[in-house]
Amino acid sequence: MQLYGALLLLPAAVLLATFAYLPTIATLINSLFLPGFRGEPAEFVGLENYQLLIDDTTFWRVARNNLIYALGTIPTSIAIALGMALFVNARLPGRGFVRMAYFTPTILPMIAAANIWMFFYAPQIGLFNKLLGAFGLSGVNWLGDPSVALTSVIVMTVWKEAGFFMIFYLAALQSIPPELKEASDLEGTSRWSFFWRVTFPLLMPTTLFVLINALINAVRVVDHLFILTKGGPNNATNLLLYYVYENAFSFFDRTYAATITVVILLVLGVVATVKFAILDRRTHYQ
Amino acid sequence: MSQATLSIARGLALRVPSLETTAAWLLAIIWIFPLVYAVWAAFHPPAFMVRFDLFAPLTLDNFANAWAQAPFARYYLNTFLLVTGVVLAQFVVCTLAGFAFARFPIPGKDLLFMLVLIQLFVFPEVLIVENYRIASSLGLVDTITGIGLPYVASAFGIFLLRQTFKTIPRELEDAARIEGCGWLAILLKVYVPLAKPTYLAYGLVSISHHWNNFLWPLVVTNSVESRPLTVGLGVFSAPETGVNWATVSAATLLSIAPLLIAFLLFQRQFVQSFLRAGIR
Repeated sequence: MQLYGALLLLPAAVLLATFAYLPTIATLINSLFLPGFRGEPAEFVGLENYQLLIDDTTFWRVARNNLIYALGTIPTSIAIALGMALFVNARLPGRGFVRMAYFTPTILPMIAAANIWMFFYAPQIGLFNKLLGAFGLSGVNWLGDPSVALTSVIVMTVWKEAGFFMIFYLAALQSIPPELKEASDLEGTSRWSFFWRVTFPLLMPTTLFVLINALINAVRVVDHLFILTKGGPNNATNLLLYYVYENAFSFFDRTYAATITVVILLVLGVVATVKFAILDRRTHYQ
Repeated sequence: MSQATLSIARGLALRVPSLETTAAWLLAIIWIFPLVYAVWAAFHPPAFMVRFDLFAPLTLDNFANAWAQAPFARYYLNTFLLVTGVVLAQFVVCTLAGFAFARFPIPGKDLLFMLVLIQLFVFPEVLIVENYRIASSLGLVDTITGIGLPYVASAFGIFLLRQTFKTIPRELEDAARIEGCGWLAILLKVYVPLAKPTYLAYGLVSISHHWNNFLWPLVVTNSVESRPLTVGLGVFSAPETGVNWATVSAATLLSIAPLLIAFLLFQRQFVQSFLRAGIR
C-alpha cells in the first residue's frame, strides 16, 4: 500500500523537484557567487551580491515601483471587482451582457491586452491624446513620461484583473442567504448600512482570497512591460521580475539575477506563510 | 392630470434607468471598449484608426498583412500542441498524485502535501534563470516540451483532484474491490468518472492559462518552430519592428480569436470553471 502510494507520487515528485525545489536551492546558492569570466569557475563571495543589491539604486527604484504597483493595482481592482459583483448580482437590464463585458479582459493574454492599450497610450495618434486634443488640451506622453508611465501600466492592469476578481465576489454574494436581506428590510435598515454591517463582513474570506491572488500577481505578472515600456523610461516602470529577466538575459549576470530572485522568493514566502498560518486555519487542508 | 397620463408618467419613471443601472452599464462599456476598438481597427483601413466613421469601408487587408508577415499558422499549431500536451500530462500526473494524497497511507504525507502546495506560490516563471539552465541541460530549450514540462506537476491540479477524490464515498471503492478491481481499475472506473466536473473546470482554466502564458515561453524559445502565439505576437508587435497598428490589431485578434470565440460560446462554463477552480 505504502509503496504503491509512493509510486503514484513519483512523477509529480520528480517534476516538482526538477522545476521547483532544485531551482530554488540553486538560486539561493548562486546568489552567493560571482560569475567566472571566460569559462573560469564561479567565485564564492558570500553575501557580496547582497551588498551590491543594497548599493544598487536601480534595485531600490524597482522595488519601490513594485510596491507602488501593488498598492496601485490591488485595492483598486478589488474595489472595482466588488462594485461589479454588486451590480450584476442585482436586477439589471442586460445583465448577461454586462457580466460578459466585465469578464472578457480575463480571457485575453496580457500580451494582447498590452497591444490594445498601446493604441490608447501612444503620444501622437493614441486615442487618449486625440480625446484630450478634442477638448483643446495638450497630450500626455503616457508611457514615455517617467512621472505618469507607472500609473498608465497600473490602469491597464486594473482593467485586466478586476473582472477576474468579480466572479469570486459574485459567487460569495449569491451564497448569502436572502433571509438576511428580508430581515433587515423589515427593520428598515438602509442599504448602505446593510452593505457595511452584513454584506461586507460576510465577504471577508473572499476579499482575503482575492487579496492573496492579487499580491502574487503583482510580483509574478510582468508580460505587459515587454510591450508597453520595457521597464522604461529610465526604469520608471521596471518591476522586480522584469529586472531579474533583464539581468539574466540582457546583461547575462545570472548570479545577480539569482540575488534579486531571492528577494522575490522572500516576498512570496511571506505571502504563503500568511496564507497557510493565518487564513487557512479554518479551511480544510486535511 | 388625467388618470391615463399619470399612469403613463409612472410607466416612464419606471423605465428611466436608475443611477446604478447607468453606472453598471457605463462600467461595462468602458471594460468592453478596448476590445471593440481593436476589432474596429482590425477591420478598417489604417486611416480610420482614430477617425470613427460608421460608413468607413470594411477590409480584411490587415489580416492578410499580418498573416503574410508572421508565420501565424505555425504559431497556432505550436500553441495547440502546447495546450493539449500540457493539459493531458497534467491530468495524468495530477490524478496519480491527487489519488495518492487522498487515499493512500504515506509516511509524512502532510509534510509532503505542504511541499507540493509551495508551488502555488513559487511558479516556474519566478525561477526563470535556474529553470532555463535546467531546461538547457535537459536539451529542452526551444522545444514545446520545454515550455510545458515545468507546469505539468501542478500543485493546483493535485490539490483540486485530491479534494474531489476525498469527497467520493469509500463504499463505491469497496464495492469495486469486491468485484475484483485492482487499484488502477478503481481509479479509472470509480474516481475519474465521478471527478469529471473537476477535470472540466481544471482543464478550461489550464487551457486559458497556457494559451495566455508569455514570460517562460519567451525565455525558453528562440525560433519560429517552437514559439506559441503569445510570443509570436510579442515579437511581431514590438514597437521597433515598425509594423502599422491596423496590422497589429489584426494580429492581436488572430491570436486571441480561438479562445475568445470559445469564451463567447461557452461563457457560463468558463466563468464557472474559474470559480470552481478558484474557490476550492
